[in-house]
Amino acid sequence: MADVPLRILPRVVPETEFFWTGGAAGELRFLRCDDDGTYIHPPQPRCPKCLGKSLTPTAVSGRATVHTFTINHHPWIPGFDPPYAVAIVEIEEQPDVRLTTNIVNCPIDEVRIGLPVRVVFEQHDDTYIPLFEPDATRA
Amino acid sequence: MPDILERKAVISGAGQSDIGRRLMRDGLDLTLDACIAAIDDAGLTRDDIDGICTYPGPMDVPPGFSGAGATQVQDALRLNLNWHTGGLEMPGQLGSVINACAAVAAGYANHVLCFRSVFEGSAQARAGGGRAGVTSGGGGGGFRAGGFMQWTLPFGAPSAANWIGMMAQRHFHEFGTTREQLAQIALNARKNAEVNPNAIYREPMSMEDYFAARMITTPFCLYDCDVPADGANAVIVSRADSAPDLRKPPLHVEAIGSALRGRPSWDQWDDLTTMAARDAASMMWSRTDLEPSDVEVAELYDGFSFITVCWLEELGFCGKGEGGPFIEGGQRIARDGQLPLNTNGGQLSAGRMHGYGLLHECCVQLWGEAGERQVQRDGGRPPRVGVAGNGGGPIAGCMLLTTD
Ligand SMILES: [Zn+2]
Repeated sequence: MADVPLRILPRVVPETEFFWTGGAAGELRFLRCDDDGTYIHPPQPRCPKCLGKSLTPTAVSGRATVHTFTINHHPWIPGFDPPYAVAIVEIEEQPDVRLTTNIVNCPIDEVRIGLPVRVVFEQHDDTYIPLFEPDATRA
Repeated sequence: MPDILERKAVISGAGQSDIGRRLMRDGLDLTLDACIAAIDDAGLTRDDIDGICTYPGPMDVPPGFSGAGATQVQDALRLNLNWHTGGLEMPGQLGSVINACAAVAAGYANHVLCFRSVFEGSAQARAGGGRAGVTSGGGGGGFRAGGFMQWTLPFGAPSAANWIGMMAQRHFHEFGTTREQLAQIALNARKNAEVNPNAIYREPMSMEDYFAARMITTPFCLYDCDVPADGANAVIVSRADSAPDLRKPPLHVEAIGSALRGRPSWDQWDDLTTMAARDAASMMWSRTDLEPSDVEVAELYDGFSFITVCWLEELGFCGKGEGGPFIEGGQRIARDGQLPLNTNGGQLSAGRMHGYGLLHECCVQLWGEAGERQVQRDGGRPPRVGVAGNGGGPIAGCMLLTTD
């Protein structure tokens, strides 16, 4: 992925706007329960732990760890050229909150489970797509 | 143990249409072939059918994913129904059969026609493209992804191959599973397809062929992935006390598994190496005194090879994480092995019949009607206990069937 790929973008709706636009402020944001601190993803109307409704989009550190990955070689999407690394990362604040993403700024043969990564954003129109790159500070 | 009401249900007949990569036939046409064959197989007529259940119901997208809905078949066969349903939100493709068991146990119907049909091969050929039929967006005004797909499509991961590939990669990492081991699912399927006249891919395949295939998404090469196909399968679920009216001894539904205890998501599921097979299998075994060692034939979903490994583990045919060593070399899962697996060639070689092809094969094997590929136990009899497991990722359903 030397060049910016032609990404299929998410449909931004009020419930997900904080997530897809957080990158404008350099922030990776998740809904968080005001009462017990649980992070919730994808967004839901109630906290799954306490069923409370006081939820606030909250910025996290952007630090994460590669939970698993795949190097995709098949040309599924015109303009999004393989090979590229697809990964599921778990966020540092709450590892059961995961994102499917791409690992960028990293040779594909260096992507591994357990790799410390940090968020970077790629802007497309009104959306900021959260991608992850190796976090040299935690290598 | 609760009352196991699925034991009031039997499978009385099974039918299959022609199966091919691209038959260029209408989905309803294929569906009716399978349905009529199943009704005949049970020794019934369409006047006896008073229930219908199908997966996933009528859908136009993705193209060819659904050959027909319940009411289309009802109308085409002019059935008089007491009960009918179809849909996508259920424990996998087998959810439709599980629902039919509940319907006959509840007395809603006496004989339920269950079917699943696809014509993805032809539909994609007509659309002029391959499987990659994803509309590209980007820029203003283009297609935008919603629902679950918004979390994967922007990252070039539109396919279950990507999502399940990541589950397999995690399994490799935790348990040391290898591609050489995974290959056995594909090689075993092909070996069985060689003697199945209705299978799509029947030429012999070697380990060298497997490793020479192009990579799709690690650790999956082409032969770890099933391909779009055309075909339909149907079974008849009947009341157990209707046996005297049937053409042949029906198969007993010993137990079903429909549980979902994790998050219904391809990436938020707690332990990606178990998939929902964990929950369905656990429920199924809680409803029977039979044990994994009693099973004599296993027909386990292989939309991608790793799914089958996962089902083998979660159904308890080997320990957690031991799926790789269990299938290594392929002897255990061969037709003459300890646990004959995907004896029709599975979806990998017989065609993506989306779970129902494996259920059909389970029935045919238990009835001893599998011809050259028939499993022979104890030197000559057909298997007496079979399991069918459907679905991958956060979707799973399974059934244990017996001959007596
Ligand atoms: Zn809470």
